Amino acid sequence: MSTYVQTAAPDEAPKAVDSDRTRAENSLARKLVAPAVVLMLVVTAFPMLRALYLSMFSYSLTAPDDKEFVGFQNYWTALSDPLFWRDTGNTVMVMIVTVTIELIIGFAFAMVMHKLIFARGTIRTSILIPYGVITVVSGFAWQFAFSNTNGFVNSWLPFIGDDFNWFAKYDSSMIAIMASEIWKTTPFMSLLLLAGLAQVSEDMLEAAKVDGATWIQRLYKVILPNMRAAIMVAVLFRALDAYRIFDNIFVMTAGANNTESISFLTYRQVIEQFQLGIGSALSVLLFLSVLVLAYAIVKLFKVDLSAARQEN
Amino acid sequence: MKDIRGRILTAIGVVFILFWCLLPVAWIISLSFKSQEAVTNGSPGFFPSDGGGAGWKNYTDVLDDEQFRHAIINSIGISLIATALSVIFATLAAYAIARLEFKGKKFVLTTALVIAMFPVVSLVGPLFDMWRTFGIYDSWIGLIIPYMSFTLPLAIWTLSAFFREIPWEMEQAAQVDGATSWQAFRKVIVPLAAPGVFTAAILTFFFAWNDFVFGISLTSTERARPIPAALSFFVGADPFNRPASLLAAGAVVATVPIVVLVLFFQRKIVAGLTAGAVKG
Repeated sequence: MSTYVQTAAPDEAPKAVDSDRTRAENSLARKLVAPAVVLMLVVTAFPMLRALYLSMFSYSLTAPDDKEFVGFQNYWTALSDPLFWRDTGNTVMVMIVTVTIELIIGFAFAMVMHKLIFARGTIRTSILIPYGVITVVSGFAWQFAFSNTNGFVNSWLPFIGDDFNWFAKYDSSMIAIMASEIWKTTPFMSLLLLAGLAQVSEDMLEAAKVDGATWIQRLYKVILPNMRAAIMVAVLFRALDAYRIFDNIFVMTAGANNTESISFLTYRQVIEQFQLGIGSALSVLLFLSVLVLAYAIVKLFKVDLSAARQEN
Repeated sequence: MKDIRGRILTAIGVVFILFWCLLPVAWIISLSFKSQEAVTNGSPGFFPSDGGGAGWKNYTDVLDDEQFRHAIINSIGISLIATALSVIFATLAAYAIARLEFKGKKFVLTTALVIAMFPVVSLVGPLFDMWRTFGIYDSWIGLIIPYMSFTLPLAIWTLSAFFREIPWEMEQAAQVDGATSWQAFRKVIVPLAAPGVFTAAILTFFFAWNDFVFGISLTSTERARPIPAALSFFVGADPFNRPASLLAAGAVVATVPIVVLVLFFQRKIVAGLTAGAVKG
């Protein structure tokens, strides 16, 4: 990461001298921040440590007295099970496919909204509707839309028979799941990209136009490089969000035909089968994989984290 | 010539966006008016077939359902309480982040970022275990706590972005006139920050209303089960044979509050959503 040199604003200069004031500011800030930080950590860090502890035990709620220390055996069981890798594969595929499609469609939407002179309010209102709709409702809407007994998709799509059952096979089930996921989250992506587009200077675009750059050249040489930060932050947020996919799968297929995601597997072990030991190991693995993924995206695409963190 | 082509493309884009955003919503509304008999026998097509319409019957059936009514009350109560508390804590934190220099600012911002990306399902196991030990499993408070933690990052970002726009001099002016830091905060900043607080509240409410993972994992009865969980458990174990039109009516009821919020506060929501991603 590049070093960020902070130029002191003129009115900040006397602060170094006025140390009483600085100390008071420090202590007030801590008091203001403390409740939020404690709350965030109580529900995340503490349970994660608890999961780490439980994952070392063979522990099932159906037989709580048989709790027994087994070391890393739960991790070995999970990692050597093809089910774990199949579900991780599904999750990664959903993440890559949906984020790519959302990025393309979201960018197109953002361009349209950026160019728009009339009806801006109407478009923005409608684009927020998918964002506001509960994921479970979106899942139902698409499940019924793809249904061969009550849906409309089969009759609208050419080359697809009216009695084609989307939920009978793996490939078509995944398409239906991803359709719901993409429908709901593309608007969010397009709003982030729209904010990025607004940062591209019109003067620079005009200059490129005067110099005879074609539309494609302007897109690749001026627009995209200038909104890089916005694109990367949008990709980071959406990719990690897609990796958590759970609601749509739960509602639409409940994991049938191998459509399970890694979140769904973890949920099933813990809540449905009460296997807290192995379930906790899966929780820890899920958390670690998200960490690795976040790190990889940040390093690979050189995401400016200070932009994501909103420092300035 | 070129300009006209651009305008036509934009117009096509607009139509496509509207189609994209409204089609599934229109579909679920249309589905909610199909009669349950027609759905059981199979009624493909976008609109209810002739004689396959149900009028308002699905809606009256859903609203008569005891469990669904409980779920609505749970969702409204839990979401409102979580929103109020989350926004209060986020306001305090965001003020410190936007206005004060202190050690540990980076730690707070990093924590918020990590939590925003946290895989929530990995918490379900330990929380399930802990909540049962503390006796808050299947209760409002058991859902309010995780909702608060997970909405704090978004609320903190939104609010600190808003707070940075507030004229700093006014607070200093108040301090010059003899106000303490705390008084300057309460009397000057709070009224100016109200619109930002409101935006953060809407986004927080959206999250709590939308949550599904905690809703199904940390509840077991209608005592605390929120709408998304209630909808998913609405009928039976067979995921391929649900009473589609009845569920659609329930889904429409659950979506109405959100659509109303969007219609009224579109501008504020957009400002809040994009505040976290791009430096203004």
